[in-house]
Amino acid sequence: MVESKLDEKNAVLNQICNAGDPWMATVKKSQIFRILDLEGNQAVDTLFYSASNAEERYSAVDTIARQRQLYLTTGSVLYSSEGNAMLTIVADTCGSHDTLGGACSAESNTTRYALEKRHMHSCRDSFMYALNTCSCASHMSKRDITGNINFFMNVPVTADGALVFADGISGAGKYVEMRAEMDVIVLISNCPQLNNPCNGYNPTPVQLLVWDSK
Amino acid sequence: MTQKQNILWNEVIPGGNHWSGLMRRGTALRIIDLAGGANCSALFYNAEDKLERYNLSDTLKAQHTAFLTKGNVIYSDMGRVLASIIADSVGWHDTICGVSDANMIAAQYGESSYQTHRNDMYRSGKDGLLIELAKHGLGKRDLTASVNFFSKAVPDDEGNLSFVANNSKAGSTVDIRFDMNVLLVLSAAPHPLETKTVYAPAAVKLSAYHAGEVTRDDICRNNCLQNSRGFVNTERYYL
Repeated sequence: MVESKLDEKNAVLNQICNAGDPWMATVKKSQIFRILDLEGNQAVDTLFYSASNAEERYSAVDTIARQRQLYLTTGSVLYSSEGNAMLTIVADTCGSHDTLGGACSAESNTTRYALEKRHMHSCRDSFMYALNTCSCASHMSKRDITGNINFFMNVPVTADGALVFADGISGAGKYVEMRAEMDVIVLISNCPQLNNPCNGYNPTPVQLLVWDSK
Repeated sequence: MTQKQNILWNEVIPGGNHWSGLMRRGTALRIIDLAGGANCSALFYNAEDKLERYNLSDTLKAQHTAFLTKGNVIYSDMGRVLASIIADSVGWHDTICGVSDANMIAAQYGESSYQTHRNDMYRSGKDGLLIELAKHGLGKRDLTASVNFFSKAVPDDEGNLSFVANNSKAGSTVDIRFDMNVLLVLSAAPHPLETKTVYAPAAVKLSAYHAGEVTRDDICRNNCLQNSRGFVNTERYYL
């Protein structure tokens, strides 16, 4: 666990993203980006793209294989599909973040829970809405929605290869903070999933903050 | 695959090389590790709508597993079953490490170009997959996570991954039935966590045969309730 010394008063961006909403912004190289879990156990499904070329994007498998490590915490580098460092986690009071669980969707709700669960709100629907409504996504499409990070979500893999949806280890006020190593577009879905414990069965708002480098 | 089933075609992918093709619903492919220690990275797309493609997370979440073996299915991002693993002599196929790229290959094995080594040049998984994707109008934006048949990397309690050498012996096989019309893209280049320092990836052999469409008593369909529902979604697509 590494705490941040940054003061909220000095943030150049300070916004709330409500449960079930998408959020998009650009974070410039060397700026610090914080995601704050306001009420606890809230999965924040997050994708990153190079601001200069969205074809280069966060790659879960590159991030895992290049560091030979499944989970993210302070010191973890988020690698792009081109093998470049996009962001580095510089503070984390939660301790572990998921790389494998991806985003919930209407379609995967039908397989995971019941055919009738298609109509519940989902992260991938939030991503689709962002693609078709945010001007900063006008050059992007479903092809660009790849495997995301779930900040604050706890999905351990056992040594025998089982994927476990464990109770969250986050709590109210926990945060993760990362330094951008290139100009990036951030695309978030603040997860609305109600069928599993990833949001403690009660999706809640998160706070997004950006600081300029000192 | 029984001896009674007729082989439709065979094809050998030399180690390091790449392949792509249309696998129709109801056909199956046996992939054979010809030398042991092979890696066969695979991408899956709905051939009729290539925006629908293999989804790593949906595949793992629905089946509560981080690796694939007999009984598991390959899910698309649309809740349908692209393919099923109907037989497997290996027991663990990696899903979480992606493919090697040219820089990784050069760092581990040195440089070997076509100019100097002709068709013995060192090929990376990523470059091979991108070559095949381009043949079908696809590109980097379509390069999803791969299923790495024959390879294994295991995590410890802290999530540190280690590569398991010799996970697959010479003659190991995995049989994949295609439950949709699938554009299949393959590379037999080394796994990104491969520990050997000499570039000598094993060749794999493909043998295609008719498996028929999924039945009510299918092992993959009945592996879990999630898969049963995935097959309902798939059947509706073809009504």
